[in-house]
Amino acid sequence: MKMTGAKIIIECLLEQGVDTIFGYPGGTILNVYDELYHYQDRIRHIRTAHEQGAAHAADGYARSTGKVGVCFATSGPGATNLITGIATAYMDSSPVVFLTCNVGKNLIGKDSFQEVDITGISMPITKCNYIVSHADQIADVMREAFAIARSGRPGPVLIDVLKNATAEQAEYEPLERDKHYAEGRLGALIARASHDLKAPEPDLADIDKLVEMINEAEKPLLICGGGVVRSRAHVEFEQFANRIDAPVAITVMGGGGFRGRNPLTTGMIGMHGSQASNMAVDSCDLLIAFGCRFSDRVALDPASFAAQAKIVHVDIDRSEINKNVQTAHHIIGDAKRVLELLNERVTQQDHTLWKEYVFSFPTETEYSLAGDSLNPRQISDSVARICPQDTMVATDVGQHQMWAIQHFHYDYPGQLLTSGGFGSMGFGLGAAIGAKVSHPDKVVLHITGDGSFRMNCHELATVAYYDLPVITILFDNRTLGMVRQWQTLIYDHRYCQTDIAKEPDYVKLAEAYGLSGRRVSNQADFEDALHEALACGHGYVIDCVIDVDEMVRPMVSGGNPITQFLLA
Amino acid sequence: MEKKRYTLAILVDNVAGVLSQIAHLFSRKGYNIESFSAGPIEQPGVTRITTEIMAETDAQVNLLCNQLRKLFPVHSVKVLSADLALRRELSLIKVRAETADARNEIIQICNIFRASIIDVAPSSLILAVIGQEDKTNAILALLEKHGILEIDRTGIVALERGAPTLHDDTKVRGEFNYGKNVR
Repeated sequence: MKMTGAKIIIECLLEQGVDTIFGYPGGTILNVYDELYHYQDRIRHIRTAHEQGAAHAADGYARSTGKVGVCFATSGPGATNLITGIATAYMDSSPVVFLTCNVGKNLIGKDSFQEVDITGISMPITKCNYIVSHADQIADVMREAFAIARSGRPGPVLIDVLKNATAEQAEYEPLERDKHYAEGRLGALIARASHDLKAPEPDLADIDKLVEMINEAEKPLLICGGGVVRSRAHVEFEQFANRIDAPVAITVMGGGGFRGRNPLTTGMIGMHGSQASNMAVDSCDLLIAFGCRFSDRVALDPASFAAQAKIVHVDIDRSEINKNVQTAHHIIGDAKRVLELLNERVTQQDHTLWKEYVFSFPTETEYSLAGDSLNPRQISDSVARICPQDTMVATDVGQHQMWAIQHFHYDYPGQLLTSGGFGSMGFGLGAAIGAKVSHPDKVVLHITGDGSFRMNCHELATVAYYDLPVITILFDNRTLGMVRQWQTLIYDHRYCQTDIAKEPDYVKLAEAYGLSGRRVSNQADFEDALHEALACGHGYVIDCVIDVDEMVRPMVSGGNPITQFLLA
Repeated sequence: MEKKRYTLAILVDNVAGVLSQIAHLFSRKGYNIESFSAGPIEQPGVTRITTEIMAETDAQVNLLCNQLRKLFPVHSVKVLSADLALRRELSLIKVRAETADARNEIIQICNIFRASIIDVAPSSLILAVIGQEDKTNAILALLEKHGILEIDRTGIVALERGAPTLHDDTKVRGEFNYGKNVR
């Protein structure tokens, strides 16, 4: 069939089963939006207030559903506004296809209005990117892009389509998704590209070697990383942990990969990891890490990290092996498949003594009760009591993020949406929108701090426009708390540029967008507001007053051994 | 730790932007490219890149190769072994030769180095010399007193001795070896 490039783009989205797009229209992408007009019954488009919000929303959609997120933006500033969102998705291996349109072929390279080399700019933060200059290339490229985004170690892919390609006519033949791998460019690529496009089948000898190591170990420790979440391997992981009776430390990205209420969990690991997790790392004799990068926030000092242990790394991306810490053994493969194979082979073990030692250290921090403000633990306790257990949480970045990960317990992949690798303040509200759009029946909380909230709070407009009942819980300490914490501890109380006390009235801000809000400073009021928020059926901002000097504890400062706590 | 020179051979799809993608990866991972040459091979649509970098350990270079293999246009990557690799570079050197004596001496130097003279002008000569950097540097040192007007060097191209080729070191093989803990 002959049709315009714009129509081919939409048809290709339908091939992939896409029903939701996040984006923002503009000059060069107009042909595509014009075509979208005719598909409104089949594809829902969520227009955000800013392209960055659209990028985070598509990312949040991808993380919460496990499907590929889709985000549209126009050329020039539309495309560059995506960059933080693309980098966030890249660092956390989230599958998102970004589609931008550029100026027409006759205008390329002439510094035309809203022209930018977005493929050049996004090269280091995408798994792959494409320039499409003619309509007849669109279908092939889109099929390849989706396959690349979701396979192997997932990640963002960007397609930049020139405006003339969206207007031109070309032949298009529908093709079912399963058949894409045998046709065209993708067929040729898959014939030779192994990793990142095909999940490598784990080597059985490697699995057996690990089983042997497990049998020999007396003090095993597991790390649940983001790979467990991406591969949706939480059931297999829990079965494995129960079977070998090993404590489980969870990374920021691993939240939801291991059931937070399982008594084997030692809580978070790393810079703000619990004492139980970090002490366990230091004294274990076998450390098995699933889908984690051993980043500088986990293996703060690679040389002393798990110095007494044999480190085993299970990852789908071979380039992660031995990148940050030296391992004794590793298995390349998808976490789910590796765990299935392991579960077939490992026998029930008992490590009571070792667990007694590990759990003699606290897995969560206690806070003193402050007189006229809330503390983080009170907020999390109330949320746990009042909200349904499957409540989804999207966070921004900073102290509130650490508290949300330390004190909330996550049960399934996609329940926690947080920017772990890139640490993008402003991620949360967009991500919460993506989660709410894909999970209308679930309660979605946007947990944020006042610093982060100010970065993208304009997305309240999107929350209002699409009537998405996202509840924002704002940890309001009138300061950039995490930076202040470092200034207190490391920079001798010199609070340079972290005081943001003359803040907007967040309740009025919510009201300005047509939403509701309430300012609370004690637990009873907070619970009242939360009940009201859950019942009201639209967006709600709870401005929680917390103490300016509340700190995230424990804390190990960067580059130091993981048990050298700066704060206990 | 002292840095060693590593020669990497990479086969890539000849698509727009592939060279910048490869070059960008080196700089992004903190390596400076010492030499970079690229050209088509017997397979249509495929380009071979030979590049040299300085690195401290084999392990670092292995990590870098794995990063290269992650790029979709890349077919295969191989670190050429220092013992087996034949490395050559073509240099074109324009040198001043205004007197008969100078001209004769340069021609003699050329004969010794098996360089060829590819252009003769009233006051200058262009020499073409093939070799590794030590040979090129040696001839440059000898020519210096005559006055070197211009130099162009291709960068190192390299093949390993014997029948094994870069095609044998596919991504699949690399993956297989890596899973097996082969060092």
